[in-house]
Amino acid sequence: MSIRLRDLIKQVRACKTAAEEREVIAKESAALREAFRDQDQSYRHRNVAKLMYIHMLGYPTHFGQMETLKLIAGSGFPEKRMGYLGLMILLDERQEVLMLVTNSLKMDLNNTKNPYIVGLALVALGNICSAEMARDLAPDVEKLMDSSMAYIRKKAALCAIRVVKKVPDLLEQFVDKAAELLNDRSQAVVLCGATLMLQIVELEHSMVVKYRPFVSGICRILRQLLQPGISPEHDIGGITNPFLQVKLLRLLRLLGKGDAHSSDVMSDILAQVASNIEGARNAGNAILYECVQTIMGIESIGGLRVLAINILGRFLANKDNNIRYVALNTLAKVVAVDTQAVQRHRATIVECVKDADVSIRRRALELVYSLVNEANIRTLTRELLDYLAVSDAEFKPDLTAKICMLIQRFAPDRRWHLDQLLAVMLQAGSYVKDEVARALLVQLTNTPDLHAYAARAMFRSLSANGDSASPILVCTAVWVIGEYGEMLLPELGGPLLPGEAPLPVSEADVVSLLEVVLRRHRAEAVVTEHVLTAAMKLTARLPSQLARLKAVIGRYKTNVQLEAQTRSCEYGKIFQHDRIRPSLLERMPALDEAEWLKANNPDAAAAAAGASGGGSAPGSAAASAGGAKSANGAAAPAAASGSGVDLLDMLGGSPAPAAAAAPKALVDDLDALLGGVPTTAPAPAAAAAPTAGLAPMAAAAAAPAVSDDLLNLLGVGGGAPATPVPAAAPALDPLAAILGAPAAPATPLVAPPPAAAAPTIVAWQGHGLSVSFTLTKPQPGNPAVTDIAATTTNNDALEVTDFTLQAAVPKFMQIRLEPASGSVLAARGGVVSQRIAINNTQHGVKSLVMRLRITFTINGQTHEEMGEVTNFPPGL
Amino acid sequence: MIKFLLMVNKQGQTRLAKYFAEFLSTDERRALEGEVVRKCLSRTDKQCSFYEHRQYKIVYRRYASLFFMVGVDDDENELATLEFIHCFVEVLDKHFGQVCELDIMNEPEMVHYILDEMLLCGQIVDTNKTNILEPVQLLEQVQT
Repeated sequence: MSIRLRDLIKQVRACKTAAEEREVIAKESAALREAFRDQDQSYRHRNVAKLMYIHMLGYPTHFGQMETLKLIAGSGFPEKRMGYLGLMILLDERQEVLMLVTNSLKMDLNNTKNPYIVGLALVALGNICSAEMARDLAPDVEKLMDSSMAYIRKKAALCAIRVVKKVPDLLEQFVDKAAELLNDRSQAVVLCGATLMLQIVELEHSMVVKYRPFVSGICRILRQLLQPGISPEHDIGGITNPFLQVKLLRLLRLLGKGDAHSSDVMSDILAQVASNIEGARNAGNAILYECVQTIMGIESIGGLRVLAINILGRFLANKDNNIRYVALNTLAKVVAVDTQAVQRHRATIVECVKDADVSIRRRALELVYSLVNEANIRTLTRELLDYLAVSDAEFKPDLTAKICMLIQRFAPDRRWHLDQLLAVMLQAGSYVKDEVARALLVQLTNTPDLHAYAARAMFRSLSANGDSASPILVCTAVWVIGEYGEMLLPELGGPLLPGEAPLPVSEADVVSLLEVVLRRHRAEAVVTEHVLTAAMKLTARLPSQLARLKAVIGRYKTNVQLEAQTRSCEYGKIFQHDRIRPSLLERMPALDEAEWLKANNPDAAAAAAGASGGGSAPGSAAASAGGAKSANGAAAPAAASGSGVDLLDMLGGSPAPAAAAAPKALVDDLDALLGGVPTTAPAPAAAAAPTAGLAPMAAAAAAPAVSDDLLNLLGVGGGAPATPVPAAAPALDPLAAILGAPAAPATPLVAPPPAAAAPTIVAWQGHGLSVSFTLTKPQPGNPAVTDIAATTTNNDALEVTDFTLQAAVPKFMQIRLEPASGSVLAARGGVVSQRIAINNTQHGVKSLVMRLRITFTINGQTHEEMGEVTNFPPGL
Repeated sequence: MIKFLLMVNKQGQTRLAKYFAEFLSTDERRALEGEVVRKCLSRTDKQCSFYEHRQYKIVYRRYASLFFMVGVDDDENELATLEFIHCFVEVLDKHFGQVCELDIMNEPEMVHYILDEMLLCGQIVDTNKTNILEPVQLLEQVQT
């Protein structure tokens, strides 16, 4: 039993809860399904109406889609009308079902008896047609644009919009037709024709040229519309057809843009519209609004522009919020054309930023952003910051980003820049992007005058807003305090800047603040990490607080946050090397600002500003990367001298066995570094340079001038042909001696020769150690591959510990080192062996060469030795 | 162009929804309508009749208990859209005679028919009341 739509609506309205409504709908849907299955003819019309109602309520209706098609295929009016309505509402162009309706549509479009059926089909086609349907039915639509009935013509024109949007190829055939409609007697058809022209021009800009000749015609229509009482049935509040006027003005804007002649032709009528239309009613304002946009959009003369700007000024002063909204909207579009004119209204616009209405605020803000320049940045930023404090949460991210951008772009001086960014971070820290904070720090490292001031400012804001401060503010402040901590003390901080209040703090206060921050931001790992690093740095800046800082750092040795724990342990190790600690914790070198702005890539950012979890300063970065080992002798002087050296240092500091099999990225870094060294070294030596094995070698060089060292490592024949042999090179020097010298007593102790033909060479010896290589060819068919059994023997009376052997080969060879059998060589005869596999890709052309880096500890003293192995038997 | 037209009462119940150009699934539509309506209902009479939501600019006008909301794209004339809403209401008024929410609620299909005479493909077809109502009422006579 089917109920009427009205009854269904009544039932739904009677529902008190959403659950009840769902129940009613479910029951009705079931009934509808049944009716559809039974092919119920008599109630199909009503059923589809109910389906649309259910659809509007937001329930699924896909099961009834076919019913609409059946209604359309019917012959009666009411059925067809309901069918087309259902089609538009229930279906969309993506559905296959839609294809089935193409034929019915074609028949209805060509219905000669009843124009209203044609109208129904046009409306349906215009609202939902797909590309295929557009192709099939375009000729019919085109034909209907010539229909004798205005009713059909206007609908066909708009339907054509959908057709050309779906299939832009069909655009050509509608270009002239659209223009013809401008001469139509019916204003509705003219409106639809103008709309079609607008769409065509928007889709295909080159059509502007075709339509420019119609400018005078369009002006004539506008002029007619300006006469009162010309068409009473379209009259709204004494203005004739504002919709048509608006449309024509927009069309004029598109046609006049960039064309002086057309602009000239239309300027007369634009002036007439601008001065004659009454702004008392909404309809009039709609026209004025469109007219102003057109005047500012085309190549108009100055007088006309003044007229337009004056209208906007009037709009802006209007009490009606709608009018102010469109005024701001237009000014935002105009600002690019005529900034001066907009600047004149600046005070009013800034007032609008504080309006109670969010739409107006948003518009005004957009405008303010584009009005900011060096001259007014101070006042406007103050306004914006005031507003930031009271703005809605949904506004803040955007507003914060914009303010930061403006400050960065227009800041008149660096102190102001710092102050303002600090203010932003205080008010809306959670919305400030990391990059902003990093850029600030980069700038700060480059401005020594502000170091003390920045430290004080950060200290103040952190101690005043400790609870509410956002992580980004805390991290930035903690970084600055760690970096320039000693300057907080009045006696070390230098004179106060003008207008700055003195900050009486003691060393203990600084540490207390860090402790407070740690307590308050316990949950935020980033903050903890920053504070630990800052505390570590402060041990070098505030010597009297060493014990307390040490305790702070030590407390995290067992922390659950892995990074905090790592840092705590590593920093703890640094305390064991008090001699070098101060230089290890030197102040950050000035970061290259230009480079930062240019690259601004995340890696550099992490290393530079340390706002992320990575290292914070070279000293600490090296420490955390290298662990305890980096604190050993070699790392310390390097840490003090600059980031380039630092990188080497970090590389060298990584645990020794890993260095030999250094990851590719590391090699690349070295490549880049080596690129800077002017080298004309002979091929094998140069080629050997960028390989992984060099990393530890380069890093191990503790000599102060790194580039010198690199040259040395690259072999003789760098810039100067007779490179002096520096301290690090004794291992290089005696190579010849080793070659010629009688084998050391170690030789007999070499591990048992594995194969009869396997030649054995002594690769290196010194400090009582001797490294010998036993060479074999594991693959008879592939002579390029060589297996080396490296055996190291200790002939000394002292035990050797921490022994590592690393090897590097030129680029054309591949090397694979297997783990050594141990790292301890007992006194007098202790042996460590290690396998090395080499693939010489240029076998037969170039012979094997290899560099060695050997590190070990004898009697508590660490040694690092280099060696070059050139005495491989020929033919390997 | 006009992207959609909604008629919603003060309780946030949709009385009529018409979408142009973009098709949204039932769930998307429900979500969009919910958001748009919530935003609209939170605005006071003193605020302007426009606000932005997602990629749409919403132009709305309140008539008694019913909100007429039109979602337009960025280059549509907001004031003209507002005027169009009023024109639509006047046409409804003329057809139903003192139109009220109940009329619209009980005869949604009729409102659709009228709207189809005024809007096509998101553009205004006609705003002349006689032109709009003539075919609609003619068909009513045929039907009865």
